[in-house]
Amino acid sequence: MSIKLRLFLILALATGLVWLSAVLWIEGSTRAQVEKVLDARLAQSANMVSSLISDHRIEVGDAADKPATITMPASADYSRQLSCQIWSLRGDLVGASSGAPQSRLAGKEGFTTSLIDGENWRVYSVSNADLGVTVMVGDRVTMRDSLVYDVVAGLLWPALVILPLVGLLIWVSVGRGLAPLERLETALRVRSPVDLSPLPEGPAPREIRPVRRALNGLFAQLERVRRTERDFTAFAAHELKTPLAGLRMQAQIARQAKDDATRGKALAAIELSVDRTDRMVRQLLDLATVEGEDNAPEWVDLAALCSDLSMSLRQPADAFGAQLTCDVPAGSGIVTNRFLLFAALRNIAENAILASPQGGQVRLSVRQEGWNVVIRVTDEGPGIDPADLSRVTDRFYRGRATPFQGSGLGLAIVVAAAERMNGTLTFPTSDRGQAVEVTLPR
Amino acid sequence: MRLLVVEDDPVLSDGLCVGLGIAGFTTDPVTTLADARAALETGGFGGVVLDIMLPDGSGLDLLGELRGRGDRIPVLLLTARDRVRDRVTGLDAGADDYLGKPFDLDELSARLRAMLRRHEGRAAGLISWNGLSLDPAAQTGRFRDRHLHFSRREFAILYALIEHPGHIWSKSQLEERLYGWQEEVESNTVEVYIHHLRAKLGRDFIRTVRGLGYRLAEKTGT
Repeated sequence: MSIKLRLFLILALATGLVWLSAVLWIEGSTRAQVEKVLDARLAQSANMVSSLISDHRIEVGDAADKPATITMPASADYSRQLSCQIWSLRGDLVGASSGAPQSRLAGKEGFTTSLIDGENWRVYSVSNADLGVTVMVGDRVTMRDSLVYDVVAGLLWPALVILPLVGLLIWVSVGRGLAPLERLETALRVRSPVDLSPLPEGPAPREIRPVRRALNGLFAQLERVRRTERDFTAFAAHELKTPLAGLRMQAQIARQAKDDATRGKALAAIELSVDRTDRMVRQLLDLATVEGEDNAPEWVDLAALCSDLSMSLRQPADAFGAQLTCDVPAGSGIVTNRFLLFAALRNIAENAILASPQGGQVRLSVRQEGWNVVIRVTDEGPGIDPADLSRVTDRFYRGRATPFQGSGLGLAIVVAAAERMNGTLTFPTSDRGQAVEVTLPR
Repeated sequence: MRLLVVEDDPVLSDGLCVGLGIAGFTTDPVTTLADARAALETGGFGGVVLDIMLPDGSGLDLLGELRGRGDRIPVLLLTARDRVRDRVTGLDAGADDYLGKPFDLDELSARLRAMLRRHEGRAAGLISWNGLSLDPAAQTGRFRDRHLHFSRREFAILYALIEHPGHIWSKSQLEERLYGWQEEVESNTVEVYIHHLRAKLGRDFIRTVRGLGYRLAEKTGT
């Protein structure tokens, strides 16, 4: 449901309720007022008749079989509905107004309400002790109701005309009130999906300003992410196209070469290049997966992980004559995401192997430090140039004097994976070769 | 023609050197901007094949430095970034040509030849002197209606001489054009190639200037 419709319904309902309670209140108070006035009138009329009889201006018959008829002026509707009876103390009807019911109106003195001929009557009785008669004056309750109804109806009819007008006013007002929101909505709707520029500054209601601020913050963040991704894609394209260029060049050389030695060298270069490109593609996929990985943490047995690691690195280890040894106490483990940990350690160990001299040792060890588990990989290679240390984890950054041609992605993957595991990557100083440590919370 | 190849990818760099060698160029590979600067200081290069993304900076910076100090050495940019905007940036920075990776070896050679030709102020692909016309693309020549084949190094010496007729080339200058740094220079090779060339073109086509080196004979009017 739109905010506009919602606001309109709330306001219309509230206004309607206010109207309704006003009507009910007016109805109640009018009824009370009418009752009071008409009751006073009944009492007055009864007393007047009683005093008139006492003065003998009206003769009351003696016999019950011929009661006198008191003629009352028959002008207004209301007057005609006012009926009067005069009863002797013996119980005979000695006089009645024209149109009055034949049966006795009331049984006792004062105000009573009685049912006569199927109609409710309000009656006032007064006894005249001198003449031995009781004077009763009454009117119909339906007549009183219609009086109240007339008053209320007089109020309701204009309300029925005004209410739609009020509704229209509410609708227009709500629309005007929501105009800044609609302007914001339009500004967002008409911009192209690639437009991440901030929304224009300018006067805006207090309620809109935080929304605009939040949106601009989001836009800035998206823009940053998009720029990083664009840079990454451009880098990746460059990094993949260079080995492709090498492959093509070497393939053409192999075809054009006049001697077997040149051809053989070119074919070997092609193989090397294919291996390297394959590694780079795998690392690109690793990086994407590491960033999107959200499997639940599980118990990872570090000894088993390390033996899987040396299995998966057997080919480069054999090729470089390096050996990966696991120095992991049995039963040591950690609760973390297995894929992330494996990706991190694989890239560290692979770098170590590729940097190793012939017959070099790559050692993976585990120790506990307080609440942390530290996994350390050491090699016997030349180590990372201290000048490169600050940038070595940047994507596609290769050290200036790397002993092997890497993709520049390995340590970027490790950093991304370590961050996802709430861990850190450090390069502690080592007497010999390079040491790399991944510290993870237990 | 001797070229400086600035490319950090070892497979591609090796491919460029071997491939351009087959196409008749002599190449010296370097992998960083620093090495490229040092190599250009020593001189002797007819052109530069320059990658843009290098470990210690952008090839465009080196290009800017060269043009900034008025060096007109022909430069062909080689890069994976080959969108129109990148090409415009490269050419505006002073590059003579631009080739996106991956590229064809024959196209690269042809572009390099065209680039060097433009640099020398020639429009035609053939270069001729005194009845001899050379085709750098095919590394062949035509002399008095005879079709001649030359080895790579014979052609390089002949091309150098014809490029600057009248100029006296010392033996070491010619050696510099024949060999990259990594190649072992054999003694007397220049004399051997000159001997082969004289066998193909006649004794008097190339003159020996005693104590100085070699130059082409004056035009004979034919």
